[in-house]
Amino acid sequence: MMQEVYLDNSATTKCSEEAAKLMYKVLCDDYGNPSSMHNKGVEAERYITEAKKIIAASLKCDEREILFTSGGTESDNMALIGVANANKRSGMHIITTCVEHPAILETCDYLEKQGFEITYLSVDEYGKIKLDELEASIRKDTILVSIMHTNNEIGALEPIAEAGAIIKRVNPNTLFHVDAVQGFGKFRILPKKMNIDLLSVSSHKIHGPKGVGFLYIGNKVKIHPIIWGGGQQKGMRSGTENVPGIAGMAEAVRLCYATLDEDVTKLYNLKQYFIDEVVALDGITVNGITQDIHGCAPHIISVSVEGIRAEVLLHALEQKGVYVSSGSACASNKPAISGTLKAIGVKNNLLDSTIRVSMSVYTTKEEIDYTLQCLKEIIPALRKYTRH
Amino acid sequence: MFSSFLIKYGEIGVKGKNRYIFENALMHQIRYALKRCEGEFLVHKAEGRVYVDALSDFDYDETVENLKTVFGITGICPMKFAEDEGFEKLSKTVVDYVAEVYPNREGKTFKVHARRSRKSYPLDSMQINAQLGGVILDAYPELSVDVHNPDITVYVEIREKIYLYSQIIPGPGGMPVGTNGKAMLLLSGGIDSPVAGYLVSKRGVKIDAVYFHAPPYTSERAKQKVVDLARKVSKYCGPIYLHVINFTDIQLAIYEKCPHDELTIIMRRYMMKIAEHIAKETDCLGLITGESIGQVASQTMASLACTNEVCTLPVYRPCIGMDKQEIISVSEKIDTYETSILPFEDCCTIFVAKHPVTKPSLDIIKKHEHNLDDCIDKLMDEALSTKETIIVSVE
Repeated sequence: MMQEVYLDNSATTKCSEEAAKLMYKVLCDDYGNPSSMHNKGVEAERYITEAKKIIAASLKCDEREILFTSGGTESDNMALIGVANANKRSGMHIITTCVEHPAILETCDYLEKQGFEITYLSVDEYGKIKLDELEASIRKDTILVSIMHTNNEIGALEPIAEAGAIIKRVNPNTLFHVDAVQGFGKFRILPKKMNIDLLSVSSHKIHGPKGVGFLYIGNKVKIHPIIWGGGQQKGMRSGTENVPGIAGMAEAVRLCYATLDEDVTKLYNLKQYFIDEVVALDGITVNGITQDIHGCAPHIISVSVEGIRAEVLLHALEQKGVYVSSGSACASNKPAISGTLKAIGVKNNLLDSTIRVSMSVYTTKEEIDYTLQCLKEIIPALRKYTRH
Repeated sequence: MFSSFLIKYGEIGVKGKNRYIFENALMHQIRYALKRCEGEFLVHKAEGRVYVDALSDFDYDETVENLKTVFGITGICPMKFAEDEGFEKLSKTVVDYVAEVYPNREGKTFKVHARRSRKSYPLDSMQINAQLGGVILDAYPELSVDVHNPDITVYVEIREKIYLYSQIIPGPGGMPVGTNGKAMLLLSGGIDSPVAGYLVSKRGVKIDAVYFHAPPYTSERAKQKVVDLARKVSKYCGPIYLHVINFTDIQLAIYEKCPHDELTIIMRRYMMKIAEHIAKETDCLGLITGESIGQVASQTMASLACTNEVCTLPVYRPCIGMDKQEIISVSEKIDTYETSILPFEDCCTIFVAKHPVTKPSLDIIKKHEHNLDDCIDKLMDEALSTKETIIVSVE
């Protein structure tokens, strides 16, 4: 059988067996509705309580500050729309960045049509926002700033703690939302210390199941629900809780934080090794890498390969069992070219020639060696045939 | 309310001694279409007509929709049948029928059209028309009779049993698939080729298809798209044997050794050769393409002459005189359009030159093809050996 090397972990990850086993038990044995009054319901509710404990511990926050959602996109929508609706009397101005995930950018588009004013912060060549630009953009009527923790296309880390301090200094009433879908599970993100009011997380990026995530909502935050119904989760997010998903996610969080430091060290080493080897090949650029590699995410690498279209390279790697993505998986089904790559000044001829390699704790040095070997074979062969 | 359909067919009625072949093919295709429907049906031939009788509960709309995919059918008549229990009983049945099918009768005109196949019936056709007309008028004074241009024609057929119908839902026409041999469709994933397959199949032709894929330049999704398109076409033309050929190496060799502005023409010539090779192996009597004169550089008269030259089998191009919009209209009708426009690269576009030749000369093309002499036979054999056959149907 051909070796399979999965390097598209920023698109989604394999669900850990522990999480999957727990979910199977919840689906088949402890399948009650947590709102039911009988024992079966109480049993199900325990999974929710337990999950809240685990997640709250990872953020050092209160259990009551965790809201379960269907994933990163819903968390982002809830944070933006929920805050906008609840605070529009204080102001209609929102600040975000030009390199956010579509879950933020498209929601901002929607809010703009509802009459909100949106300011988009620019980024430098590493994909990082400029703090002075942030400071200058905050106004009296700014109700929300939304900045991603880790960029999904190039792995840029935004200066979240510094941004949080600036926001609260300039306008203490402005709320701070962080999309941590790519960063949670790689970093210890502490909302209280970083002045974060809302934080979006998705389960399937950290070896949990798909279709579930959470939104941290600080206890003083004014926010409205965006889904109405049976009043579950204190009316903030109606709909029967996805108990197996929530249990699986909590298990994934627990596993992830148990070995976080060693895993991240290993990932940084693999990343450095991959970069050193890959830039030795002709016509290769690695995008947005800071001088100290710890200035970027440990698991995401954006590689531009001159003269080869990303889609072709991707399929050629696929023929050898190596799975990567082109640009960003979320944007790949749209013909539009990556917003982040353009924003950090990647040359026009490379925009369509960029792949994203994203690792997980399961990635091994042997897999990286195999991938490098494949690239060494494929790149010269594909360069012989280019479109005119 | 209805329990049976009378199937009207056009051209096959006039095929003389071959008529039974056509009728059997029609019934075979009707059964294929009805497999997609809830319920059990009996498809049978009686007194020179084809009937579909429901043997269980069935979904009327779904059944009619699927009957509309059977080539050869010109009309679908939902029918009610009754035992012959005397004229009194028949009158009541007809009156009930009119009430059920036409709840809004105000101001409408009608006539009764009787046919008496069973000559032993005590009344003749004219008498039945007159008497039943009278009965209906008595029951529904809001109706009036118009024998020339009525809103409602109630057909009454006296056979072993008595059949009532008044609606004729148009079918797709054409001839039943399987009555006219088999042809090999070059299916690309675009808008035109599924339409071409549909149009040829409409004349009773069974379809097989060949698709050229070019990994890593085309993706698994592009291939899946072609399978999906074949499935949509197979709703009309029956199960399709879809042959998938890996064309990458031939394409790269042409790219390497021939002028780039002739790439598409030369590539298409080899596609036609491969398609014809498989066609002959599988008893196909012709090739089908979606080409339309002048649509793109490779479909000018000069280009078509060049690609056509490699084939000895006839090449059918049913879209040849159609404008793009006309082709799109058909693709929308057969529901292939949405799939066709999915944005996956197909092998015709990956290396296309900025300015491909529009008036290729056959002599020059042939001369440049000689650049491939040292490798092309081997590459063709290798390509044919990659053939993967997928049987696609909608059962």
